[in-house]
Amino acid sequence: MTDPASHPSPGAPLLSLRGVNKSFGAVQVLRDVDLDVYLGQVTALVGDNGAGKSTLIKGVAGIHAFDGGEFLFEGHPVKVTGPKQANDLGIEVVYQDLALCDNLDVVHNMFLGREMKRGITLDETTMEQRARETLSGLSVRTLKSVRQTVASLSGGQRQTVAIARAVLWNSKLVILDEPTAALGVAQTEQVLALVRRLADKGLAVILISHNMNDVFQVADNIAALYLGQMAAQVKAADVSHGQVVELITAGRSGDLGIQKAVVTA
Amino acid sequence: MSTTTPEAPATVGDSRVNPVKAMLKSDRPYTVFAALIVLVVFFSVLSPVFFSAANFANIGRQTTLVTIMAVGMTFVIISAEIDLSVASILKLSGVCAALFMQNFGENWVLGAVVGLAVGTFIGLINGLLTTRLGIPSFLVTLGMLGVAKGLAFVITDTAPVLIDNTAFFKVFYEGTILGLPIPIIWTAAVLTIGGVLLHFTTFGRKVYATGGNAVAARYSGINTSRVKIYCFMLSGLLAGVASLIFAAQAHAARPDFADGLELDVIAAVILGGTSLFGGRGTIIGTFIGSLIIGVLNNGLVIIGVSSSWQIAVKGLIIILAVAFSARKR
Repeated sequence: MTDPASHPSPGAPLLSLRGVNKSFGAVQVLRDVDLDVYLGQVTALVGDNGAGKSTLIKGVAGIHAFDGGEFLFEGHPVKVTGPKQANDLGIEVVYQDLALCDNLDVVHNMFLGREMKRGITLDETTMEQRARETLSGLSVRTLKSVRQTVASLSGGQRQTVAIARAVLWNSKLVILDEPTAALGVAQTEQVLALVRRLADKGLAVILISHNMNDVFQVADNIAALYLGQMAAQVKAADVSHGQVVELITAGRSGDLGIQKAVVTA
Repeated sequence: MSTTTPEAPATVGDSRVNPVKAMLKSDRPYTVFAALIVLVVFFSVLSPVFFSAANFANIGRQTTLVTIMAVGMTFVIISAEIDLSVASILKLSGVCAALFMQNFGENWVLGAVVGLAVGTFIGLINGLLTTRLGIPSFLVTLGMLGVAKGLAFVITDTAPVLIDNTAFFKVFYEGTILGLPIPIIWTAAVLTIGGVLLHFTTFGRKVYATGGNAVAARYSGINTSRVKIYCFMLSGLLAGVASLIFAAQAHAARPDFADGLELDVIAAVILGGTSLFGGRGTIIGTFIGSLIIGVLNNGLVIIGVSSSWQIAVKGLIIILAVAFSARKR
């Protein structure tokens, strides 16, 4: 729908990571990773299994804080050590396993952990109102009722609810972890359209994906992780399918990527 | 990509929210209620004594302990844990309260506070062991069942602890308010407060989220361990309330009373539609579930079923009810 190339020059990045590291025990999962994420753009984060994509976003989301490196948000260094702090900055994550409670309805899920209150009791009316407005604002019209339980929704609808929850909070950065992994063709299209709409509304979006078609369909920027290192962050318009695949599988592609330390014998 | 769909309707879904309706809809108290009606009709046909105001007041009084503890158990089970120690907490809280009154000048208010504090404290221990050490609550509370019961026998030397305090009896069992026996007032108060807490507050929502999907709850910033600890504490507190009502009824606290009562409590909660896997359940359902237990206990006696058979019949009906509800789900 939207041509990524037509986007205006993005200005200063909303989120900048500089040289972040993360180890679990003896295993170093992230090594000196740099990442820039811009408002109004979809930044695709790609990489093979175990490349560190999930660890990187969990660091940004405050689930597992980074061990070291700079975390700049809106140009200021910040410390994010818990999900609440990330949320307070305007960072929202839509996890791969969706992190929805099947037993609760759409409204309850969208406000999970941040319920609105009137006095000591829940303000259901206002929450329902805001949930509806947010879904309408995203042109979501596949939900019959915001009072259905999430268990009764299809995969695409669940993904939609998870995304709507992420934008409910005037968030600035929405991170989506493989939002189309479990979806059929039609639902994938719907979700990708929604992802693009988020960026077009001015949000910064990080999209984690294994699917090159998805990436090239919606991304403005592509950041490729290779074995815990940032191989390259490039404009989607500047690279080909094949180059991205090489960055993912080998960490380099021609001049792009991690240049081999000279070990030629 | 096709985005040529017509203009979106202004809203998504039209159901105006009615919290009470949503609460009723969220599970199936209707079917449980139907089962209760069937039982009442059944016993009424078999015995003319059963269907009378006096007998219903009886059932209300007899059901008090189970209902009050079942409210706490509902929170615990919705948070995807279980508390097998409630009957033992009742014993220990009761004898602690009674011993305190016996030895410290019959101050019933302080005695009651001691009873409630003991119950809440054991709940706290249950919660801490379950969440901090990661031992399944089934095992923690099974152990606590023995510990609390044993302690109750130890500190009383296995003898009933007599209470002689008219005010205490009045407040917890013998008084009336607006013509209603006070145990029924206590039950109504616990049901109301429990219902509001579970269905209309942030805490209640956290309980559902914790039991429904603990990972999602944690990712949403909910401290699921703390939620579970509070649920166990509430269960302990309400077992303490039940212990005071029982002590006021018996004019004594007895360490040998209430063996196996936790099974009635858990049965009431499950009959009421609360899922043993967590995440689902209502206070109204629990209330109806405990009324079913009460009607069974009372009706089987009235129609003259021998007490040995009563136990078996009650178990059978519980299995049937749960099997029925499992099939419906």
